This record gives sequence, structure tokens and C-alpha cells, in this order.
Amino acid sequence: MAKIIDDETMENVCLLAKLSLEGEEREAARAEMQKMLTYVEKLDQLDTEGTEPLSHIFGSENVFREDEIVNGNQKDAMLFHAPRTKDGQYHVPKTIG
Amino acid sequence: MELSQMTALELSRNIRERKISVSDGVESVFAQIRKKEKKIHAYLDLFEEDAYKRAEQVQKGIAQGIYTGPLAGVPIAVKDNICIKGKKTTCASRILENFIPTYQAEVIDRLEQAGMILIGKTNMDEFAMGSTTETSAFGVTTNPWNTAHVPGGSSGGSCAAVAAGEAYMALGSDTGGSIRQPSAFCGVTGIKPTYGTVSRYGLVAYASSLDQIGPVGKNTEDCAALLQVIAGHDQKDSTSLRRELPKFGLTSGEDLKGMKFGVPEEYMAEGMEEGVRNTFLASLKLLEELGADVEFFSMKTTEYVIPAYYIIASAEASSNLERFDGVKYGFRAAEYKGLYDMYRKTRTQGFGKEVKRRIMLGSFVLSSGYYDAYYLKALKAKAIIKKEFDQAFEKYDVILAPVAPHTAPKLGESLKDPLAMYLGDIYTVAVNLCALPAISLPGGLDGRGLPVGFQMIGPCFGENTLIRAASAFENARGTFPSAEKGGIKI
Repeated sequence: MAKIIDDETMENVCLLAKLSLEGEEREAARAEMQKMLTYVEKLDQLDTEGTEPLSHIFGSENVFREDEIVNGNQKDAMLFHAPRTKDGQYHVPKTIG
Repeated sequence: MELSQMTALELSRNIRERKISVSDGVESVFAQIRKKEKKIHAYLDLFEEDAYKRAEQVQKGIAQGIYTGPLAGVPIAVKDNICIKGKKTTCASRILENFIPTYQAEVIDRLEQAGMILIGKTNMDEFAMGSTTETSAFGVTTNPWNTAHVPGGSSGGSCAAVAAGEAYMALGSDTGGSIRQPSAFCGVTGIKPTYGTVSRYGLVAYASSLDQIGPVGKNTEDCAALLQVIAGHDQKDSTSLRRELPKFGLTSGEDLKGMKFGVPEEYMAEGMEEGVRNTFLASLKLLEELGADVEFFSMKTTEYVIPAYYIIASAEASSNLERFDGVKYGFRAAEYKGLYDMYRKTRTQGFGKEVKRRIMLGSFVLSSGYYDAYYLKALKAKAIIKKEFDQAFEKYDVILAPVAPHTAPKLGESLKDPLAMYLGDIYTVAVNLCALPAISLPGGLDGRGLPVGFQMIGPCFGENTLIRAASAFENARGTFPSAEKGGIKI
């Protein structure tokens, strides 16, 4: 039996996903997620005992290179596309009281 | 021959032989765009003025011996999740509606070095999440064979552009079939290369362990030539492989004697449309006539590939899409109370339904208490799926499959039931989970006159085996009609 997506779980998922779904949209999202979780539960039928999880097909090794600046200072070009800026910096709402 | 009917290699040969100019090729593309784009809507942005300027530059460069490659002067379309410096890159999402990157993808540098002409950015499913191009925030793209149908997705704009003659070739990206499935639906050819073969630098990430950029073209030879241009190690992408590259290409007219092809019998289970089944069986027969050995075998993990794929892809998507928060670029909600509320409102208003659905599923499967049961379980399933493919490739040179269980659905039919839409990815997602190369090429038409794709899957680094088999298949099949000749008139 798949995990039932109750109000509390839904709230936690929205918090993690940084989304605020309300009313109908929230109910539809819940129903779809429930359907999907019930479907993926099929994986429970697959015996994975003793199998190591596989993230990278070609293995994951650290890749090093010299930390050299190759692109120059693009501060103005980057700030130009920000939704709000102030004094040459990104402008966001107050974060500490 | 009408210019827009030429393949990319034919066009560039004519340019090199000075029978036509680079601008002629560009003009043929914009003539088709003027004629068809209103109905097809393959593009989100067009660079007409730049393209003509660039054409002059390339013309000179060819004369001076700067551009000597086989694709010099060829106009190409680029999927809108690949960054071009100074050009809007929206991923067909409201949240990136006005994002103009200050850098560009490695593949774009390579196209420019090859003397290719950028025509525009193509429509796609939002953040490449979807199978129809209908999740785009900027309107649907239609199928050039029949505009009542979808082009497939997520690289639907790229494939529709090539099919409609609105580009000679295009770049797409493939995370779970996003090059191969729309190629099949639009009657064009597409390659998903071995993971790590093409740099992902400048490709807006959806699921980083699965994403790969690849070519879309009118035939295998064109795709092989484009793959040659874009493949190669790039130190800006830490997953880019230091792979010794072969010359991607073919040996036309070669038969397939001694080649062994395997077909998973589970792929023939019910749920496949009759037109797809008939074309697939006829394609197998054609390969046998070419001297290949074709046999069925059992691929027991088939039923687990979609659950494993959607858990892994959604998990990676939820993590990758965290960066869209309304601070540094793109859209920000107009009203909010404090920082966290700004993130939430921006994302809730900026992302479409399908994207939100996957971010939520991904957040859930990675969350404390469920990580082992879902995400880790999916990674274990992936290991088992990969092992089964490894074993199959000990026996077979190539695995054959349909591309999708159906041809292009009608517009507006697929998004009503997301799970049903996901199930249509049954033949494509395992390739991404296992990092394998695969090619989708037209096999035939179904009873309604819609293209049916044929898929060849190779072992890692087996692109040339696929190119050889696909070329032999093409030669035997004969030239596939273009949408203009074979489809419903627009």
C-alpha cells in the first residue's frame, strides 16, 4: 500500500518544493502524486536484496583543474538581468530581523 | 532539386561547389518559415537578421579556408534549453521568460567553429518535462505531417522545424526520450549519444545524470556529421568523458551479414498500436533481408524502467530547479511578504503544472523517511536494469525497439492523464538510465499517414554500430518522404 498523502505530508512537500498550492490546484496535485506513488510501488516487486544503488554509470571521480579565471568580470551584465538590484547587488526582502 | 528538400550534407556540398551561396540556404529556411511557421510554431525566437550577416561571414570563411568541415554554411535550429550568449533562453517557462544568458553552451561554440548558421530557438515542453511540447508556456507546436496532432516532446520544436523544412538540422536534448520520440512522431532522425559524449555545459539541467544533447536531422548521415561537430571532451562539464572519438560515419551500401540484433519480447506486449506493431515487424524483416540475425529475447526488467526513471528524474529535477527563486534572473512575483514567501510565490506563479508535479514528486522521494523506500530503491533498480542490458549486449550488437507505443496523439489529448502519458516512455527511458546511445529513424507510416519511428539501441560508445545499421536500413527502406510531400497540406 502506497504512502497516503495526507495534509501534513502535502504541507511538508510544498515546503520542501518551495511551492504554495491552494484549493483546487493543491487537491489535483495531491491526487496526481498519490496516483504516481501507487504506480511506482511496482518497484517493491523487484528483488533488490544485495544490490548496491547505482548513481553514475561511469563511476564518479573527482575532476580537478586549475582554478583560473577565463571569463573576466561580468558583474554588470549579470546584474542587468536580475529582477531587482540595488547599489550593484541583488536586492531581496529583509532576511534577518 | 528544391533547396528545402535537400539534406544538410547535400546543401553544404552545393555550397562548397559554389552552385549556391550560404545565403541561399538561409533564405530557403526563412521562406519555409514564412510559409509554415504560423501553423507549426516550431520556434520561440528567430534570428533572421543575424543569420544573413553570419551567412556572409561564413561565405567568406569558406573561401578563405577557415570553415572546411562538411556542415559549413548549414542553417541549424537550437532547442530553447541550450544557452546562446545574448539570446533569450526560456526553457519554454514563464520563470525564465526574460532570461538572457551572459555565456553560451559549449555545443554552440562548436557549431560556430564548424561554420553553421543559427536560425532560432525552438519550442519545447517546459524545462524538457513532457512528451508533447504542450507543456510549453508559450503555446503548442503542431506536427508538420498533420497539424491536428502534437509533434511529440520534449524537443518537439526542433523535430517539427526539421520536418517542415524550417531548418536543415537541429539540436535537441534527451533525458528520457526527448530527441527520439519527437523524431519518430515527425518522421525525422535523432540520436541520443552515450552519456558524457556531448558537453552539457550551457544546457539548462533537468536531470543531470540522464540529460544529453544530440542531433536531429533528415537522415542518419546528417545526424552523424552533426554528432561529430558537437561531441568531445569539455573541461567545463565534469561528467564529460575523455573518450577517444571515432569518425562518426557510415559505409553506405554495406549489408548487415553477421550482425546480431535482439528484440525484447516484453516490448511486444499489448498496448502497442497496430500501425506501430506492423511497421516494427516490417522493419525487423527488412533487417533480416539485409543479412542480419534478428531474434527475440526476454528483458525482465522492462516493467520497472518507468517507475525507476520517474523517481530518479523527478528527484534530480527537484534539486536542479531549486535555483529558480526570483533572485538572480528571470521572473519574480510582484507581491510577497518576506524572502521565503517571495521564493514560493515566484515559483508557484512561474512554473507550469507539469514542472510543479515533478518538483513535488522529487521533493517527496528525497524527503526524510521516504528516501530509502523510493529514491534508493530506484537507484538499485537502475543497477539491475543496467546489468540486464550489459548481459544483452554480450549477445547482441544492437537492441531493436519501437520508439513509442503509438504515433503522434491529437493535440489536447495527452495532458489529461499524466500517468498514461508517462507510460508512453516505455521504450525510451532505459537508454538514459543506462547511459546508452540510441537512434530513432523513420520506419514507415501508420494507417492515418503519421510517421512511425524505429529505434536502435547500442552499447555504450556504440554510436558507429548504430550508424552502420541505421544507414543500411535506410538504404533498403528508400528515401522517407518529407512532411511536405507525404503529409497533409498546410
